[in-house]
Amino acid sequence: MTSTATRPRGARARAAIAAKTLRTDRWWFQPLITVIGLSAWVAYATVRVFMHKWYWVDAYHYLTPFYSPCVTDRCVEGSSHFGSFLPGWWIIPDAALTLPFLLLFRLTCYYYRKAYYRSFWLSPPACAVPDGHESYGGETRFPLLGQNLHRYFFYAAAIISLINTYDAIYAFHSPKGFGFGFGNLILLANVVMLWAYTISCHSCRHIIGGRLKHFSKHPVRYKAWTFISWLNVRHMQLAWITLGTLALTDFYVMAVGAGWFNDLRFIN
Amino acid sequence: MGEQKSQAAGKPGAKRQFRIWRGDETGGDLQDYTVEVNEGEVVLDVIHRLQATDAPDLACRWNCKAGKCGSCSMEINGKPRLSCMTRMSTFEETETVTVTPLRTFPVIRDLVTDVSFNYEKARETPAFAPPADVAPGDYRMQQVDVERSQEFRKCIECFLCQNVCHVIRDHEENKQAFSGPRFFIRAAELDMHPLDAKTDRKEYAQAEQGLGFCNITKCCTEVCPEHIKITDNGIIPMKERVVDRRYDPLVWLGSKIFRRGQVPQTFVTSAQQSGAAHSAAAHGGVHSHAGGSHDPRHEAEAQKGVNWHRQVPHPTAAPVDANGRLPLTELTFDRAAAPSPFGDDVTFPLPPEHLNFAHPSQDEPKH
Amino acid sequence: MTETRIERHHYDVVVIGAGGAGLRAAIEARLAGKKTAIISKSLFGKAHTVMAEGGAAAAMGNVNSRDNWQVHFRDTMRGGKFLNNFRMAELHAKESPQRIWELETYGALFDRTKDGKISQRNFGGHEYPRLAHVGDRTGLELIRTLQQKIVSLQQEDKRDLGDYEARIKIFAETTITELLLDGERVAGAFGYYRESGEFILFEAPAVVLATGGVGRSYKVTSNSWEYTGDGHALALRAGATLINMEFLQFHPTGMVWPVSVKGILVTESVRGDGGVLKNSDGKRFMFDYVPDVFRKQYADNEEEADRWYKDPDNNRRPPELLPRDEVARAINSEVKAGRGTPAGGVYLDIASRLPAEEIRRRLPSMYHQFKELADVDITREPMEVGPTCHYVMGGVEVDPDSGAAFGAVRGLFAAGEVSGGMHGSNRLGGNSLSDLLVFGKRAGGHAASYADQLTSRPKVPVAAVETAVETALAPLQRDTGESPYTLQQDLQAVMGDLVGIIRREGELVDALGRLAELRERVAKVSAAGGRRYNPGWHLALDLRNMLVVSECTAKAALERQESRGGHTREDHPAMDPKWRRVNLVCSLDGDTVRLTHKPLPKMRGELISLFDRAELSKYLTDEELAEFDALAQKES
Ligand SMILES: Cc1cc2nc3c(=O)[nH]c(=O)nc-3n(C[C@H](O)[C@H](O)[C@H](O)COP(=O)(O)OP(=O)(O)OC[C@H]3O[C@@H](n4cnc5c(N)ncnc54)[C@H](O)[C@@H]3O)c2cc1C
Ligand code: SF4
Ligand code: SF4
Ligand code: FES
Ligand code: FES
Repeated sequence: MTSTATRPRGARARAAIAAKTLRTDRWWFQPLITVIGLSAWVAYATVRVFMHKWYWVDAYHYLTPFYSPCVTDRCVEGSSHFGSFLPGWWIIPDAALTLPFLLLFRLTCYYYRKAYYRSFWLSPPACAVPDGHESYGGETRFPLLGQNLHRYFFYAAAIISLINTYDAIYAFHSPKGFGFGFGNLILLANVVMLWAYTISCHSCRHIIGGRLKHFSKHPVRYKAWTFISWLNVRHMQLAWITLGTLALTDFYVMAVGAGWFNDLRFIN
Repeated sequence: MGEQKSQAAGKPGAKRQFRIWRGDETGGDLQDYTVEVNEGEVVLDVIHRLQATDAPDLACRWNCKAGKCGSCSMEINGKPRLSCMTRMSTFEETETVTVTPLRTFPVIRDLVTDVSFNYEKARETPAFAPPADVAPGDYRMQQVDVERSQEFRKCIECFLCQNVCHVIRDHEENKQAFSGPRFFIRAAELDMHPLDAKTDRKEYAQAEQGLGFCNITKCCTEVCPEHIKITDNGIIPMKERVVDRRYDPLVWLGSKIFRRGQVPQTFVTSAQQSGAAHSAAAHGGVHSHAGGSHDPRHEAEAQKGVNWHRQVPHPTAAPVDANGRLPLTELTFDRAAAPSPFGDDVTFPLPPEHLNFAHPSQDEPKH
Repeated sequence: MTETRIERHHYDVVVIGAGGAGLRAAIEARLAGKKTAIISKSLFGKAHTVMAEGGAAAAMGNVNSRDNWQVHFRDTMRGGKFLNNFRMAELHAKESPQRIWELETYGALFDRTKDGKISQRNFGGHEYPRLAHVGDRTGLELIRTLQQKIVSLQQEDKRDLGDYEARIKIFAETTITELLLDGERVAGAFGYYRESGEFILFEAPAVVLATGGVGRSYKVTSNSWEYTGDGHALALRAGATLINMEFLQFHPTGMVWPVSVKGILVTESVRGDGGVLKNSDGKRFMFDYVPDVFRKQYADNEEEADRWYKDPDNNRRPPELLPRDEVARAINSEVKAGRGTPAGGVYLDIASRLPAEEIRRRLPSMYHQFKELADVDITREPMEVGPTCHYVMGGVEVDPDSGAAFGAVRGLFAAGEVSGGMHGSNRLGGNSLSDLLVFGKRAGGHAASYADQLTSRPKVPVAAVETAVETALAPLQRDTGESPYTLQQDLQAVMGDLVGIIRREGELVDALGRLAELRERVAKVSAAGGRRYNPGWHLALDLRNMLVVSECTAKAALERQESRGGHTREDHPAMDPKWRRVNLVCSLDGDTVRLTHKPLPKMRGELISLFDRAELSKYLTDEELAEFDALAQKES
């Protein structure tokens, strides 16, 4: 009988399982539709942003969100509510002040991060499916460290949502004064959804109440937090819905602006 | 109705195809079994039937059979699951069910893996710090204040989230610096605890637990059998709390411009983890001169200049290899020469604020 | 056996068992400055305690300020039908509030009352709301909190001594198979790592047993594979004694279908919230089973019973809420009479009693349990339930104050389910979790001071270690014997069928015969495979423990000729005050199980005067009553 003081322990190997993943369901489906959906949207948006036309329906004061606020000297009359001080070089979008922030807001959004890390970056493509990369540092280093700035893009986005709201209200206008058409409904729906998406943001949830240690000492903020938490659970859906409403709104304004069809008017 | 179901239960079961990984760290493979499966059974029942018939030495863990203890974690058809909560009726009659051990941890035998990684990380996470001036029995907390932490305390430590997390599942080398979702929610739980007296849990999560490695792809939430919203309610709020402290743009900019060297970072350098010293270098981290201490006070003190009376932290772990030995041969060592006796992280001349004097009696326990 | 490698460790206190009792004991020993080892058969934090749902009973008086330790003491004694060790019940009632408050300083988060205190809930047998709880996962909270406290102690050691494991170390997945003695003194414990099959020897002057119960010897049980009565058997073999082994608690409502989840618990709250029991004819049968002594409190018609939920003051309680043992027996009789469900249970119907929304709100975990495990929607269908073996009241006979085992051994302590006496013949729900804390702390503290006052360290005899190694390896070296799984099934059949809820003399005699046969077969069991994580081998080693404990139970059940709490004899259906004065004590003489009678300790005057005479007269002999009257006279 020999006695030892401790158990010898070397490094141990993982189970040698040949297959990379043994998942039998269609795990690739989700990333695939995400890639298709996001790519299609980005393609559409890019085309539209650099089209520099059909973004304003003068008769009804419809302005597409892709051009709001319009700040280049190319902006057609009436469409720029905040002045036009940028040169109209084609590479400069007409909403050059807001689009970058909106882009960054969505790029650093916790949901979109999940979506593109999974489907574009394959890190990982799906749960228990191997990551497509040799090494991985996550968001610990530049540039991905910058994802932590989401909070500040949220502040910007909240301001931009205010501008969009202004646009939607401003659109209740017709050649005869007050007017109300199908386009208004679309603009309104878009703004409501944009607000829902923006407010359901994780950063917003944190700022409103999440950062508190004692909810019981801040009953109002707790109420607000509970409501935002309710919305926050639907953040992914809202992210996709707003992509839809944005594209739809823009398309509608484009179509009416280009004269492909007429706006359906209920009043004036 | 229950009645019909029970009658069905009386009938002899159908034969089903199983593939189970058998083996140990020296290798193994998927073996085919044909087993009888009765109505209402779960995967764990089938494994038990196999033990009682074809494979008496088939190793697997279980305890409660009711999804309460988190012992029976394995991968079923490639998905991390509790086998006692995976009903056979979720599979097609003709489907072959493949069962393998957790992939992220070293295998011991068959379906049993060495999950000690998780216990080590648990041990490093600073415990609850009771408030100094509240006597037992005098704790007063409101239900709304404890609810967030209670959600995380539902955790049954099945380690499925740890297993599925690609940060360590696909990148073994990150195990050193990354604690995993289970311990992020532990940190969150304590940070949200109404009476916890420790205030630096966010910094800890960032600097020592590797919160930044998480790219919020939510697989942990997807597999959690307790349906804890690990990412939405734990990790993201922790990230936001870190932002409160660290990425406030003005503070951040200031530190970038004026201090060059950033806030000092410490790494987990516990002795039982092999190759501790190497990996710090490999990850571009800086070894703190406060050693393995997690205490930011020590950190701050270390920055303050020479302080002859300051508490000297315990030395960092020796750079041992996977077998617990010092890598003495130059051939296999990853540096050109022998390791510096002063520690790999020390450059000369030594800045005066890093000079130390340790009185020999200082380390004796005070009790 | 010379070439077998054995890993040796030196500790001051070795705690066998990492459930609530074991962890609390270890914390106490470590706080007393002792080098402590914790040993557990499964992973750290997976012990049985994790499964407890309802709560931990402690008379804190947070919800009803009239509650105090005297009331709790009374309830406990009543629940145990006055067979409890009064001193244990007293200590338990007095100390459990402190133990619960202490948990909060370790980081536990119980559900709260409006004014921020620990909330307490009602439970069967407790006069006031008394169970501190966290939803329906109180056990998880308890074990996790203790586990995290141990981690925090380890962090302290790391800070002070540079090593997490300097003073407290956890040996997970390690099974102890033998206690080693130096004469009458405990010298250590011998076991194996489940993972590698390697042997391990702990040299320690004090050992605390906290290994939990014995339920695995039954076919239908809510207990896990760990509950093979190891601690009971270790204690017996070391010369200690067991008491009250005839008392097992059968919970009336365990799941019976699907077969695979048979035994898993359906919480009592289902009945508390209006669930009723029906047989296969659709009859609400519990009205036929109200015993005469309970006629006053329990309704005899459905109308009155249904009114009780709304107006408990003017109506008698529904008979579904009779004590656990009564309900279990009633279900058993219905099934035996052929009015059971096809799966061998009865229906527990809440669907027709409450709106679906309400059920989901009040019983979330039951809703999910049935949905996920049985695919039954309890808001639309009745559940099928039957009695399941749940808890063993009997256990190691200990000194109430210190937890030191009686019998011919020193240095052995026991706490938790493995110890006996505290719960008498029937345990109240919620009393176990607080029992673990109160007596865990005591056992740990006393083990530490025992180790302190020793003048010389006991030595582990080499011969004993060699025998232990041989015994452990034997099943692997035989290849002619039976499979351990078959033997376990046979044992479970004997115990389930012959020593179950309702016992008869003939069957018990038969059972003893069969257990003797099984003993021969178990001695020749063989396990296929190697030493590495081999569950077959592990079971083979556990079998002999299950067997000896089952023999104790069967023998004691045969001896006790009355029905009381967790022991029901069909041939002696009534409670007998004479038997109340007796504890049956089980010991091991060589290989044979011995049973002796031992008088119950007499309750102190100030404690017995907490009861009124009318109540006592149901339990006490005339002689004892006369004594009580004399006492009452003197006081007035
Ligand atoms: C489903 C269920 C619900 C319950 N609900 C409640 C409730 O609501 N309220 C209440 O008060 N009580 C409840 N109980 C009872 C209570 O949970 C147990 O009685 C209690 O947890 C026992 O704790 P313990 O510390 O004695 O042992 P356990 O927690 O069972 O721990 C035993 C430990 O001993 C170890 N061990 C055993 N044998 C060996 C060996 N040979 N070598 C090494 N280690 C060994 C095991 O690994 C384990 O770690 C419930 C029980 C069940 C099954
Ligand atoms: S969300 Fe983060 S922690 Fe969770 S699995 Fe993904 S990377 Fe890991
Ligand atoms: S968080 Fe969920 S998945 Fe992770 S260990 Fe806990 S229970 Fe398991
Ligand atoms: S917008 Fe998606 S998280 Fe902030
Ligand atoms: S056995 Fe406990 S969770 Fe599956």
